[in-house]
Amino acid sequence: MDQAIAKLVDISDSKAAMQAAADVMLERARWASQVFQRYDRKTTLAITQAVAKAAHDSAGKYANWAVKETGFGVAAHKKLKNELTALPLVEHYRSRDFVNPVYNNETNIIEVPKPAGVIFALAPSTNPISTIFFKIICALMTRNAIVFSPHPAARECSIDAVNTLIKAAEAAGAPEAVIQVIERPTIPLIDEFMRSDKTDVILATGGTPMVRAAYSSSNPAIGVGPGNAPVFVDASADLKQAAGFITESKSFDNSVLCTNESVLITLDEVSQQLGRELSRAGCHMCKPDEVDLVRKYLFHDRGFNVEALGRDASWIAQQAGFKVARQTKILVTPINKIGVGEVLSREKLCPVLGYYVATSIPQAIMQARALLRYAGAGHSAAIHSSNDQTIMDYAASVEAYRVIVNAPCSQGAAGFATNLAPTFTIGTGYFGRSSVGENVGPHHLVNWTRIAWHKDATTNIDPTHMAELKHRGQLPKAPADGVPGQSRPRTQSKPGTSQTQSDPQLREEIRRIIAEELRSAFKEQK
Amino acid sequence: MSIEKLEFIEKSKEFWNPNKTQFWQDAGVDLVIDRREGYCLYDMDGKRLIDAHLNGGTYNLGHRNPELIEVLNAGARRFDMGNHHFPALARTALAEALATCTPEGLKYTIYGAGGAEAVELAIKSARHATQKRKIVSIIKAYHGHSGLAVKTGDERFSATFLSEDTVGEFVQVPFNDLEAIEDALRGRNVAAIIMETIPATYGFPMPHEGYLPAVKSLCERYDALYIADEVQTGLMRTGELWGITKYGVTPDIMVIGKGITGGMYPISCCVVNDRAGQWLKQDGFAHMSTAGGAELGCIVALKVLEITQRPEVASIVRYVSDFIRAGLDDIQALYPDFFTGIRQNGVIMGLEFNHPEGAKPVMKHLYENGVWAIFSTLDPSVLQFKPGILMTQSLSEDLLRRVEIAIGLAAREVMGTRKGRTF
Repeated sequence: MDQAIAKLVDISDSKAAMQAAADVMLERARWASQVFQRYDRKTTLAITQAVAKAAHDSAGKYANWAVKETGFGVAAHKKLKNELTALPLVEHYRSRDFVNPVYNNETNIIEVPKPAGVIFALAPSTNPISTIFFKIICALMTRNAIVFSPHPAARECSIDAVNTLIKAAEAAGAPEAVIQVIERPTIPLIDEFMRSDKTDVILATGGTPMVRAAYSSSNPAIGVGPGNAPVFVDASADLKQAAGFITESKSFDNSVLCTNESVLITLDEVSQQLGRELSRAGCHMCKPDEVDLVRKYLFHDRGFNVEALGRDASWIAQQAGFKVARQTKILVTPINKIGVGEVLSREKLCPVLGYYVATSIPQAIMQARALLRYAGAGHSAAIHSSNDQTIMDYAASVEAYRVIVNAPCSQGAAGFATNLAPTFTIGTGYFGRSSVGENVGPHHLVNWTRIAWHKDATTNIDPTHMAELKHRGQLPKAPADGVPGQSRPRTQSKPGTSQTQSDPQLREEIRRIIAEELRSAFKEQK
Repeated sequence: MSIEKLEFIEKSKEFWNPNKTQFWQDAGVDLVIDRREGYCLYDMDGKRLIDAHLNGGTYNLGHRNPELIEVLNAGARRFDMGNHHFPALARTALAEALATCTPEGLKYTIYGAGGAEAVELAIKSARHATQKRKIVSIIKAYHGHSGLAVKTGDERFSATFLSEDTVGEFVQVPFNDLEAIEDALRGRNVAAIIMETIPATYGFPMPHEGYLPAVKSLCERYDALYIADEVQTGLMRTGELWGITKYGVTPDIMVIGKGITGGMYPISCCVVNDRAGQWLKQDGFAHMSTAGGAELGCIVALKVLEITQRPEVASIVRYVSDFIRAGLDDIQALYPDFFTGIRQNGVIMGLEFNHPEGAKPVMKHLYENGVWAIFSTLDPSVLQFKPGILMTQSLSEDLLRRVEIAIGLAAREVMGTRKGRTF
């Protein structure tokens, strides 16, 4: 085509084109969701299981791909994350029924699940694949359609991963287009999806501007804020174990999980010993001039240096201007201030851990509160202690909705080393300007219609019968009359009618009788 | 009805078309279309109608599709209709796009302003290529109202104007009757058979399995060209870009109209293979049309083709056709004596009623219940039911809800009492 004409016809930057691009995907998703809602629990679970299996099987491939494409993280750790958010996620929620009505005989209320419908989901570049796996599995489990916008920095591996799950879902009988992925996401296009009244809920995981945009879209949104977890190690802690867990957690996938520890707060009395344990566990305790170098490298005027995101400790040290052993797991940077004036007390998605020594438990708790108020409110906190009272005081005081005790925070807060719900979307609740304070899961993607009788009424609901309500399954294929193999016989039984009504012989018989009646009526008139 | 509308209808009778205007008043459809958007029309008194007529697929992509408006506006800032004598950027671009997406072998695009003109072009091209005059068409076929086109159709439209064929150049045979086709072709004096892939104005009777490919084989055997009139079956209405390919036929000539410009700037296309396009190489001035292939229309058509071929669209067509069919099956089960059959290929549907004019009361009750769909002119027992290819789930559900009510009312009206039965 001639260039001049091609240019005229290409209106892809126009509002009309953006809107149309969003509309066609969202409307297709709407169709898929409406058909999906006709599915029974068994089929829904089978589809979810098949998709989780496909996710599990490709966990390694996409872990490598994501590291290659984004340049950060640790492939082995990413594989583990990808796996954790596949089959174990399904297991965690397997007993929860999001499909059938539930009868509560104490309140005499029936609850009927109503899926959200069309979910618009975004994934961060730090956990691109695990977030995709997580959200898609949650959507399928609740019979929702989902449209994914991949992070531009992880576009190729994300699109491929979504396509792998689409294939698995459709092969297992999911409605066409129940999962879709935007091939070329741009900010104005994402904005169209977010603002569209065809989007039922936005699942936003990622940077603050994106999450705030989701909340400002006028659509319901489940967005989560950034983390900045304090970890408090008191004098009663098993210091060796604490140092081990913290190192394991902070170096996991080079600290790109937003649940990673940001600043370690400890007490004077155990500080030296803890420092030794950390060194033994593979940490480098930075000297004051090294701390300055790290600070200068990690933060410029515009904020965190994304170049350092998910890089390993020795690489960061080198970039900052000093050398550490290649196998160094994390850089520990002692600081003497928390909050304004100390950028190292902000979120650091890289294996750099702030280290603050307090003089008392109350002071330590106040510093932990201050850290979360400075950044990361509502997210995560951790404590290593054997004193239940201290644990309670700390947990009750910090403005975080999950406090991980004597466990690695990265994995623990995301539900992988604790009994919390496994998630890649950490609700930061009202502290963190979010609508959900717990670990986001499939239950957030379904509302329930509550059927309630008069207080004094009694009902005769048979709970076994309720499950049979309206699971009509896939739409039957419409015929293409005259196309070989795609026609339908001209007369056939229809749902809701008896066989006899459409029996051609009987119909003929009825016609004959009516004709005779007419003839006799005619004769009478004569 | 508002006074304004009453006055307007009088004016329409005075200046436009008295009989047709009155016909609609008598039929209970006092529609004067004002605003239009998506798949909805708004009467000048404000009443909303879901459009399941779409002027035979003209509004396939919805009324005033915003992307088409955008492209038309962009085009108008640079082009107008153009000069039909000269090679033109937009006309060639569309012709190239059509050569790519039409069935194998179709190469040149000859332009008209409306469907009938494209049919004229098809017939003229076939006659030139074969050096024969005879044209075979289907009884109750409809290919438009111009000179040659009208002769291929029912006398209902030609006799009024004393324009029916009088010299035996136009032969009509029954649909789905291969013997009749062969009889017509046997003399080897037929230039072309022209077929709507699914005859629209006849109420979309569906071709029997194997019928269309067999017609094509007969054409080959007796050296006649096959003209596929895809005006109502093209552009994804069957779930494939062209209905004819879904039936496994590669035509020599294809006629495209209506939806090709989304109702925004009319043009029509006659796409021919090398043989049928011979005259273009020998005497390109032989046919001329000032408005044929107007460049603004070509620009809009390029966008129509692009939108229509997006992978999501075919998927939505499948959903729409499955969903609406399932709903119609349910409705049929409620009124099996009156609503006797459904003809369907994609979103092309004909609803059969158990009365020779059964579609007329259905149309009236649909209109009263906010749906516009029209009876088949040449078989009024069948309602043409033509939802758009981008129908949304909620509008489809709303459509079915209204159709159920309307068919119920019509069934009671037609079948309700013994006396009322006229069959």
